Amino acid sequence: MDLFLDGFAWIFDPAHLSGPGGIWARIAEQLSYTFGAVAIAAIIAIPLGLWIGHTGRGRDIAVLCSGGLRALPSLGLLIIFALGIGIGFKAPLLTFVILAIPSLLSGAYAGVEAVDKRTVDAARAQGMTEWQVLTKVELPLGLPLLIGGIRSGVLQVVATATLAYFASGGALGVFINDGLKTRDYAELIGASIVVTVLALVLEGIFALLQRLFVPRGVTAGQVTEVRSRSVRPRAVVGSPIQEGK
Amino acid sequence: MIEFRTVTKKFPDGTVAVDELSLVLPARQTTVLVGSSGSGKTTILRMINRMVEKTSGDIEIDGEDIHALNPVKLRRSIGYVMQNSGLLPHRKVIDNVTTVPVLNGVKKAEAREAALTLLDTVGLDRSLAERYPSQLSGGQQQRVGVARGLAADPNILLMDEPFGAVDPIVRSELQQELIRIQRDLGKTIVFVTHDIDEAFLLGDQVVLLEKGGRIAQQGTPAEILSKPASDFVATFIGADRGRRALRVEVVNGRNVVVDEDGRPTGVLQS
Repeated sequence: MDLFLDGFAWIFDPAHLSGPGGIWARIAEQLSYTFGAVAIAAIIAIPLGLWIGHTGRGRDIAVLCSGGLRALPSLGLLIIFALGIGIGFKAPLLTFVILAIPSLLSGAYAGVEAVDKRTVDAARAQGMTEWQVLTKVELPLGLPLLIGGIRSGVLQVVATATLAYFASGGALGVFINDGLKTRDYAELIGASIVVTVLALVLEGIFALLQRLFVPRGVTAGQVTEVRSRSVRPRAVVGSPIQEGK
Repeated sequence: MIEFRTVTKKFPDGTVAVDELSLVLPARQTTVLVGSSGSGKTTILRMINRMVEKTSGDIEIDGEDIHALNPVKLRRSIGYVMQNSGLLPHRKVIDNVTTVPVLNGVKKAEAREAALTLLDTVGLDRSLAERYPSQLSGGQQQRVGVARGLAADPNILLMDEPFGAVDPIVRSELQQELIRIQRDLGKTIVFVTHDIDEAFLLGDQVVLLEKGGRIAQQGTPAEILSKPASDFVATFIGADRGRRALRVEVVNGRNVVVDEDGRPTGVLQS
């Protein structure tokens, strides 16, 4: 317990917080890796996932790939990239992009695939083009799952971005490494707490976003609401009760 | 007028759903395609808006080969109503109805105004316009489906077992509503069902289909009832049993019509 207190004390020590190499700066680096990697992964994986979900083509390959990519050890990958392209931020960023792709890819195609086939068929039969079917029907209805994919990608990267220090890429891993080397457990635990809190905050934000992006009509029909606001007028049976009699 | 000329549909797995079908569906009339599952009736319907592409033969609408047309354009000019309403769950009723006009470039406000009138036509209260489909009952959803099918004022309306999933009372209401709408609008309706009673009730022309989309008999309900072309037809329409095998008995000096079991169903008016 004392160690935790020491950890918190370390976090809130003004000397550690600001300045280059301070906690805020490292948090910013951690977040830059996270959102940078997820953004790049999104550009690659989301269109691909949507296409796979829409056409149903290449689904097996996608499953295989995302399964295989998930199995890759990030640390090993990072070291290979660092050896290849040198130390700095590029090797970790590339690693994290690869880490984020499977979640985003499967989120995108699962989202599109989960849309009721009859709804899609009806949309097409009304005369929507394939592009309109994708953007006006499949995408909005698949959005919750798509955002779920982004959410798990973000969480994976924010937790894994501590590895960046292995390639001298900064971020919160620096403190953890430092703490280990100098046996400064307050620093080690303090930094771990910061990473954990960061992950939890992001998780909370995305959970909220995911709720927000459930299309309105899809939640509107849930039993409770239908019951509370009856669509059909109810027949009045018997005479109304009159008060005060 | 819709015309099929020796049209065949063979699916990739080798099933021949429709085999050399030739059929004329007259304009401004209701043609009902009726048959059990596997008779190819839905396939025939879906070939008209090219949701299913024919393997061979010709399909023409008013003399124009539909395969020369852009399928998206073709579909926007034909109303389509399906069994499970097929409404977009994330769009309000009104936006579902205006789907096709808006795709066709009609201004949104204008399309909405027209859609409200259509809700009246299909017997829905205007207050439902701002609801989502999941907030409506099955029967109401089907009405919205019909309104959507009519929204672009198409000449042709394709209806694929539209009342198949609602309870019998609602179905009967919807059937009466459709008869009324058809009397007012005079569309060329192609209606698919497996319910022979529904076929006789709604069809100006009834096409009875056997396996492989072969026509067992085609004609007005009266023609089919009075002269079933084969045992298959006779069995399918139930000509030999139940409420279709009626007799007249004289009771108290009046002609009472009774069914097979002798239960009275009505009195002949002279």
